[in-house]
Amino acid sequence: MTLVLSVLEQGMIYAIMALGVYITYKILDFPDLTVDGSFPLGAAITAILISKGVNPFLTLPICFVAGGVIGILTGIIHVKLRVRDLLSGIIMMTALYTVNLRIAGRANVPFYSADTIFDNAFINAVIPESLAQYRPVIVIFVLTLLMKYILDWYLRTKSGMLLRAVGDNPTLITSLGIDKGFVKIVGLALANALVTLSGCIFAQQQRFFDASFGTGTVVIGLASVIIGTSLFKKVTFVRVTSSVVIGSLLYKGCVALAIRFGMQSSDMKLVTAVLFLIILVVSMDRKKVSADA
Amino acid sequence: MLELKEIYKTYNPGTVSEHKLFEGLSLTIGDGSFVSVVGSNGSGKTSLLNLICGTIPADRGQILIGSQDITKQKDYVRHRIVGRVYQDPARGTCPSMTILENLALADNKGRHYSLGRCVNRNRTGAYREMLAPLGLGLEDKLHTKVGTLSGGQRQALAMLMATMTPIDFLILDEHTAALDPKTAEVIMELTDQIVRAKQVTTIMVTHNLRYAVSYGDRILMMHEGQVILDKEGEEKEQLDTDSIMDIFNRISVECGN
Repeated sequence: MTLVLSVLEQGMIYAIMALGVYITYKILDFPDLTVDGSFPLGAAITAILISKGVNPFLTLPICFVAGGVIGILTGIIHVKLRVRDLLSGIIMMTALYTVNLRIAGRANVPFYSADTIFDNAFINAVIPESLAQYRPVIVIFVLTLLMKYILDWYLRTKSGMLLRAVGDNPTLITSLGIDKGFVKIVGLALANALVTLSGCIFAQQQRFFDASFGTGTVVIGLASVIIGTSLFKKVTFVRVTSSVVIGSLLYKGCVALAIRFGMQSSDMKLVTAVLFLIILVVSMDRKKVSADA
Repeated sequence: MLELKEIYKTYNPGTVSEHKLFEGLSLTIGDGSFVSVVGSNGSGKTSLLNLICGTIPADRGQILIGSQDITKQKDYVRHRIVGRVYQDPARGTCPSMTILENLALADNKGRHYSLGRCVNRNRTGAYREMLAPLGLGLEDKLHTKVGTLSGGQRQALAMLMATMTPIDFLILDEHTAALDPKTAEVIMELTDQIVRAKQVTTIMVTHNLRYAVSYGDRILMMHEGQVILDKEGEEKEQLDTDSIMDIFNRISVECGN
């Protein structure tokens, strides 16, 4: 039961990050490695704010905005300074490692006894004591669903439609009299806002910040997006955003199973990498077959 | 009025593949005229359009609209009053979006792309009325993804999208070249209708000499970055495909190809 709960909790937390990766990788066609830095950024900010006694709910919008700023910086490096997409992300990821350490003050910041969004007077009053162990999963479920619906709504607005169009056909954006660079920056800001928010919730679930939180985040995000989108490619009644959330849950489930069947938790990154490779190969195989047919 | 004054453009300057295309090209296009531009490959037709649209910068010279100098204006700013249709039907539409979404996106050109809902249900009737006269059955496929349409259907849609909002210039870059002859005819008819109805200043680059002769009120022939033939009104009426072809062959022979 604890295993299922932890898969659900972490799967849904990472799903918010995966929604961000979905924006950059699938919509913008921009492999954004900033994610490996903006995810722990959320955790670092949260650890410090909560240790200082700030209301845990306040950390959510703060991290969202901080992530947005980081996305804008990556965008400016790519669009205005004309650095290649992959390199822009690597530069930001590397710089953020130090920034995160500076914010947190040290490589590991625990806050075991402080209030979090899962454990505070308000939540404890709303969700009765008998459901205490389900509090985190309920809160995370609400937050993830909220983010999914906000993203669904945004992608149908005029601004959101431009974002969808810019990855698809940048020439059309110019034809519409819009600066395509600006649209890309907006997309990167939104994506990293979601990723940092995800890092914020993750830190509160773990009840500590660690400088190594970020390593491999982008791989988890990409794996979730690719599982989700290739699994539900032919199904029209599932929204892409929902399939990304499901992809994230499936991915976390696979990793949990691998660890359950004998892998050490220190093997996590290897499991992550191998699983990602398998997913890539399987989904690419399909593409090839359909192209030949 | 669109004016190009003493335009210079060199590709790959300072390298072995240096190519001086325009050396002092000047051209004036009056409001409301429909200009066909013909010429062999590399004659500078598409470069001319790219200069006007700001896709490539001029090395020297001035580009004016009325009295406004737009030489330094960014491409996307210029496109606010320009509708452009490309040779490749894929460049004028978004493949992963439906016909309805594509039309809604283009319908908002010139206004702010805000957080309001993009697809306005009240406009679907108007969209259907725009699509029906094309005779391609697109009016019944509003919810079909554009990526699944044929090249001709996509180009017809691109044509509508480029011209559905108020524009001052319509730029057609070999927009029938990638289509089969029958579809090309349909798109060319549609072009003529739109240009007449909107009275929009149009520059059409084409390899089809018949189209260049039978449509529009002015014809330009370009060769090695220069305008070598420029006939307007009455003079153009007297031209036929054969005489254009003659001139075309003559310059080709003179240059040894």
